[in-house]
Amino acid sequence: MKLFEYEAKDIFRAFKMPTPPGGVARTPEEARTRAIEVGKPVAVKAQVLAGKRGKAGGVKFADTPEQAEKYAKEILAMRINDLPVEAVLIEEKLSIQQEIYVGITVDRNERKYIVIGSAAGGMSIEELAEESPEKIIKMHVDPDLGLQAYEAREMAIAMGFRGKQISQLGSFFLTLWNIVNAYDVELTEINPLILTTDGRFLAADARLNIDDNSLYRHQDFIQKIKREPVEQNDRERMATENDMAYVELDGNIACICNGAGLTMATLDAVSLYGGKASTFLDLGGGADAKRVEKGIEIAMMYPKVKAILVNIMGGITRCDEVAKGILSSRIDGDITVPLVIRMVGTNEEEGQEILREAGIPFLKTMEEAASKVVELVKEVA
Amino acid sequence: MAILVDKDTRVIVQGITGGQGTFHSAAMLKYGTKVVAGTSPGKSGEEVHGIPVYDSIREAKEAQDVTASIIFIPAPYAGDAALEAIANDLDPIVIITEHVPVKDEIRVIHEAKMKGITIIGPNTPGVITPRAKQKIGIMPGHVFAEGDVGLMSRSGTLTYEIAAGMTNAGIGISTALGLGGDPCVGLTTIEAVKMFKEDEDTKALVLVGEIGGDAEERAAVYIKENYDLPVVGFIAGRTAPPGKRMGHAGAIISGSTGTAAAKIKAMNDAGIAVAEKPSDVARLLKEAM
Repeated sequence: MKLFEYEAKDIFRAFKMPTPPGGVARTPEEARTRAIEVGKPVAVKAQVLAGKRGKAGGVKFADTPEQAEKYAKEILAMRINDLPVEAVLIEEKLSIQQEIYVGITVDRNERKYIVIGSAAGGMSIEELAEESPEKIIKMHVDPDLGLQAYEAREMAIAMGFRGKQISQLGSFFLTLWNIVNAYDVELTEINPLILTTDGRFLAADARLNIDDNSLYRHQDFIQKIKREPVEQNDRERMATENDMAYVELDGNIACICNGAGLTMATLDAVSLYGGKASTFLDLGGGADAKRVEKGIEIAMMYPKVKAILVNIMGGITRCDEVAKGILSSRIDGDITVPLVIRMVGTNEEEGQEILREAGIPFLKTMEEAASKVVELVKEVA
Repeated sequence: MAILVDKDTRVIVQGITGGQGTFHSAAMLKYGTKVVAGTSPGKSGEEVHGIPVYDSIREAKEAQDVTASIIFIPAPYAGDAALEAIANDLDPIVIITEHVPVKDEIRVIHEAKMKGITIIGPNTPGVITPRAKQKIGIMPGHVFAEGDVGLMSRSGTLTYEIAAGMTNAGIGISTALGLGGDPCVGLTTIEAVKMFKEDEDTKALVLVGEIGGDAEERAAVYIKENYDLPVVGFIAGRTAPPGKRMGHAGAIISGSTGTAAAKIKAMNDAGIAVAEKPSDVARLLKEAM
């Protein structure tokens, strides 16, 4: 779950981390009020769950509340990365001495949290890694002990800070670590963390992603922010409610399979034969007839779908159940596009018998099925 | 010999009275696995398919000789279950459960590492050694023929797909191992390669990867420098868009890292033949062996 900058900063402030004065606004009038409250020139920042909003024109600086209102009106009418801007954050415009990067994420290889810092912030960590990797300082967190104060100071020292700045900057790492721990954060970044010309450190931006698998532990927080954890369309919501993995793509062939790896490989096979997938739909393990029917129903709701490919490698999923589900969808008239089926594995014979009796053709290999569905789509088009 | 599981492995099923635990206990018994005990707090004295149930692993160990664990406990409690297995020195510990919070995974993997215990998964189909007729997992046993190729993968059904293709081509498997679909898993790809390298019964490897992270790239570098026997690869997710989780929590291209292209290139650079589609794996193996 990705948090908006203003939501992340609410958490930052609750943990006593210094952030620029300001607040969120959902209308141009509110933006003007916030700017009056700040009483100084302000930044007007689009609140979207997408990177590079600056380059998209989503950040503007206003000298007066009137100007803030005008910019807010413009930004609130924008779409960034195809997402609507529903709020802006109005914050004091800072006079910058230095832009710094600090963050914590999960190192998949070490299976530990990793603290990352750089005195050259402002650009993305990927860009920084290409331009000046020597300026990126990293430290793994001991899973038993957690990040210690001396380690946080070592980070600041390694980044080139001296004097009382060592502890000042170090405290940002420690606070971030406490937030990571409290909220099951899988990625957080402050980029930039700004050192102002008058010597203050402030978290000017905030990125905070909570591990989706931990959301059951953070129900209070989710209720407090009054929004769905993840923005979803009807099809995605239905898939989530049915515990299916569902991803929409821009092709026209819906791939309904069991298992994430097999579904990915099926998408790839479709592409290998010159087609393009519209849908990644993983039914999960042990799907029964009802579940298969539901999967087909969800896939058919996506207007881009011109054909369906069902590819089942039965382990704990039984082919007879899959066949029953397909048959039932067919009888209900849910399937209005060409359908290609490949299923093997557990109860293969029974499943094939059901399809044969209903006059529904099926294929034995995934390659045959992928090439067949691509052929059928070409005929339809 | 094979790796991780053999005829001496004696398994406890944590969460044996749940739907999944009950179903797969029967399937493991049927395949030949020595399932000797199960846990379900509060249900000590009951039996599931004739397997005695205990309140805790500690209690089970007093009554039974148990060496390994398989966990079917729901995600919020799976970390606790794994720590219980670690405290009781079970090895390996196979965590079938999907959706375990990453913070819990990090803690469990660290504690296991400190004691030299192997964690397989989370979010894995488990491990199977066909020659010994032993599996600690949920995979359909009949798909895997005995032989001398080690198979490791980050996914379940795709592993069955490839194993079935190998079986049809007359190629058998020493041990097949699901590494798990999460970003943080216990046994890593490189560690699995090292285990297969030490195994006299394994004469070739199949490495089935997918988008996300760089475990395959790291394994490729290791294989280039340390592993002389034939290796064939397959990578799922060539057509996956960046920034989307493709079913597995770990299957996501973040920025420019984790792409199938980078993995295929690293594997090719290491002399690993990479199959374009699952059915090509068997053919490439025959060519390489």
